[in-house]
Amino acid sequence: MKLLKLTTFLVAASMATGAVAQQDGGRLDLIVQPEPPGLMLGLVQNGPTQMVAGQIYESLLRYNGDLEPQPSLAKEWSISEDGMTYTFKLQEGVTWHDGEPFSAEDVIFTTKFLQDNHARFRGAFSHVESVEAPDDSTIVITMKEPYGPFINAFEAGSMPIVPKHIYEGTDYATNEMNATPIGTGPYKFVEWEKGSYIHLTKNEDYYLDGLPHIDDLYYRVVPDAASRAVAFETGEVDVLPGGSVENWDVARLTEMDNVCSTSDGWEFFAPHAWMWLNNREGPTSNKLFRQAVMYAMDREFVKDVVWNGYGTVPTGPVSSKTNFYTDDVPQYPHDPEKAKELLDEMGYDGEAVRLLPLPYGETWQRWAEAIKQNLEEVGITVDIDSADVAGWNEKTANWDYDMAFTYLYQYGDPALGVARNYVESQIKKGSPWNNVEGYVNPELDELWEAAAIEPDNEKRQEMYTEIQQQIVEDVPVAWLLEIEFPTIYRCNVKNLITTGIGLNDGLRDAWIED
Amino acid sequence: MAIAGAILSRLIKAAITLLAIAILNFFLVHAAPGDPATVLAGEAGAADEQMIADLRARFGLDQPLYVQLARYVGNIVTLDLGYSFRQGQPVLDLILDRLPATLILTLSAFWISLLAGVALGVAASARVGKFTDTLITGTALLFYATPLYWAALMAVLVFSVQLGWLPGFGYETVGSGYSGFERALDILKHLILPALTLGLFFMAVYMRMTRASMLEVAQQDFVKTARAKGLMPSLIRRRHILRNALLPVVTLAGLQAGQLVGGAVLTETVFAWPGIGRLMFESLAARDYNTILGVFLVSAAMVIVFNILTDLVYRLIDPRIGHKA
Repeated sequence: MKLLKLTTFLVAASMATGAVAQQDGGRLDLIVQPEPPGLMLGLVQNGPTQMVAGQIYESLLRYNGDLEPQPSLAKEWSISEDGMTYTFKLQEGVTWHDGEPFSAEDVIFTTKFLQDNHARFRGAFSHVESVEAPDDSTIVITMKEPYGPFINAFEAGSMPIVPKHIYEGTDYATNEMNATPIGTGPYKFVEWEKGSYIHLTKNEDYYLDGLPHIDDLYYRVVPDAASRAVAFETGEVDVLPGGSVENWDVARLTEMDNVCSTSDGWEFFAPHAWMWLNNREGPTSNKLFRQAVMYAMDREFVKDVVWNGYGTVPTGPVSSKTNFYTDDVPQYPHDPEKAKELLDEMGYDGEAVRLLPLPYGETWQRWAEAIKQNLEEVGITVDIDSADVAGWNEKTANWDYDMAFTYLYQYGDPALGVARNYVESQIKKGSPWNNVEGYVNPELDELWEAAAIEPDNEKRQEMYTEIQQQIVEDVPVAWLLEIEFPTIYRCNVKNLITTGIGLNDGLRDAWIED
Repeated sequence: MAIAGAILSRLIKAAITLLAIAILNFFLVHAAPGDPATVLAGEAGAADEQMIADLRARFGLDQPLYVQLARYVGNIVTLDLGYSFRQGQPVLDLILDRLPATLILTLSAFWISLLAGVALGVAASARVGKFTDTLITGTALLFYATPLYWAALMAVLVFSVQLGWLPGFGYETVGSGYSGFERALDILKHLILPALTLGLFFMAVYMRMTRASMLEVAQQDFVKTARAKGLMPSLIRRRHILRNALLPVVTLAGLQAGQLVGGAVLTETVFAWPGIGRLMFESLAARDYNTILGVFLVSAAMVIVFNILTDLVYRLIDPRIGHKA
């Protein structure tokens, strides 16, 4: 077996910027919003859970900002040339937070545990034939077919390794240990004062010497966006994760002394925002109407005003941060005249369309208002149809909308985070995380399928380029923005964001300068 | 004995009312679009049918609605509020965890508004038409008309951000290691802004009601008689006017006291106060049925308890009330 890739790092610390000596100690206060429903990452995968529990649990790999795999619980790994066998060498001397030793058995158990509880894991592992542990520190995964994006499936939120000795033979959902999660990560769970804060502390027995640096992490729950801005202003918290304050507060906060901001740390997720246009009925079922919507929208204006300049106007379904992106696709600049021509051509009669905003705060409300104004300028009648989160879920999952805002993560590869919104097999009532718009294109479905299992990356790129060109021509959805959520923090917090998932696993390497 | 009998009959009626409220709430909550499974799946950012079906089965939502109702009613008559699947904890624990924070906040606001409101009302009525009266009435009107969340944000901006006198949010200093007296003092500091903000509106209401009621009672014959007898004006005001003027204030206080558990959602949200109001609001957004119903039920019980207490206070202030009944 020829090794395509063999990477070894002695200590991760050696990668960090050299000259300055890293200081140990200190306490870091971060915002977590909203309060997570639970911290057992194998059972709950919502955003806030991943942000906190990503310090407690680990997966086999991590990913840098260019989405290249880095060691985590696996110190080395290799993929066979035919893409059918993945071999992982595990770190030595790893213990769970309760002192039990970690071994390959835990990884095997995890694959069973997540099979029952983790939708994304189920998707990725449907391509797997078997998982075996030839010895205590080796894992061999055999595939049913070569599946290119598989190497991206070992991120902490996608495949958190869970302790076999705690969960085997129990009812996972009601296991009492869910309240006091046990992982292998750099920080241990201490206390969760519901409604106030979650306290994690340094794992003194962490297997990487010298890590982590910070003694205590406090994730603070502050439900009001304006109060969160105040909390940062008054020095109560040191880190505002992306999206925790309204955009118009970002400029004010970043102008303060000793305050830094970065939009790094979201490359793996590459949040991509669009409006689902209902392809089944009403004016939005007409391709000319959908193209007119694209020309009518002033997306640069929204980026500059509603999002304060953060983000990138997308060219199509794949984010420019995701692998296999191309900009060689039809373009839709802001062109109201062109939009009116298209509407005339289709014979649009002024039938009103309902626009469902995302109920995630003021920014999203204003975004919907900006779009409504753009569309009315070219003669489209728009009714804004608001709902709360549960109502939004219900309406989109049951296709009760004409245009609906959403955004989805891409997980580094079109096969993981993009295909699900455009292939016919993903048209399923009852969930808002699939082909909700009802786009059907059998030719492209075949191409999606072939591209996912094509071992040659150049050929994959060709296929994804063709897919992107065709989809952008059809406009099944109206792409709005590659969202950037700036992380705002005190400048004396160093190495805060070192990976493609940013704060979700970044506290391992972070340290505080006095 | 008459009082004991009255209380007993009130308690029986209360139990029936509570049960009716619980059933009504059950249907109301289930009538809202969406359910806890779709919200949880939605938050995960990825879901398949199996995940949603698994969650529904785990929450018991795959059963017909009447089965769910029967189960729920069966639980509450045995004083079991059920289990929050979202938070993985019994609902009663969740509520008891949050109850102290809420009661500290709402009781402080209650007493501040009641005592200050009545005192200001008496002061204003004693100098009716003069500058003091205009000042008090004007300020009260301002408090009465100010939206709570705006007042809260302004208080934070002025006293926390600009002046730096008081903490702007939270229940106590996180990770301070305080205990005993130090901790109490720390909580007190955090309490001042939210309690004052929450108390402002009711203070204005009590003030206006006390003032109007005092002026009305002062016109009555028995007050003229007292004056004719040559009693001291301050004694007349305290013993004759105030005591009679307090009845409508007590009615209002009873109403406010009924909101002690669930009435501070906005204040708790702005000040990040870890209380019941926020628990209710967040559970509502997440369609965490058992938790919402639990909070509703406890709130309803509080309203009923305070109605009974108000009736008892009437009897103390005006002994005639018990005899008429």
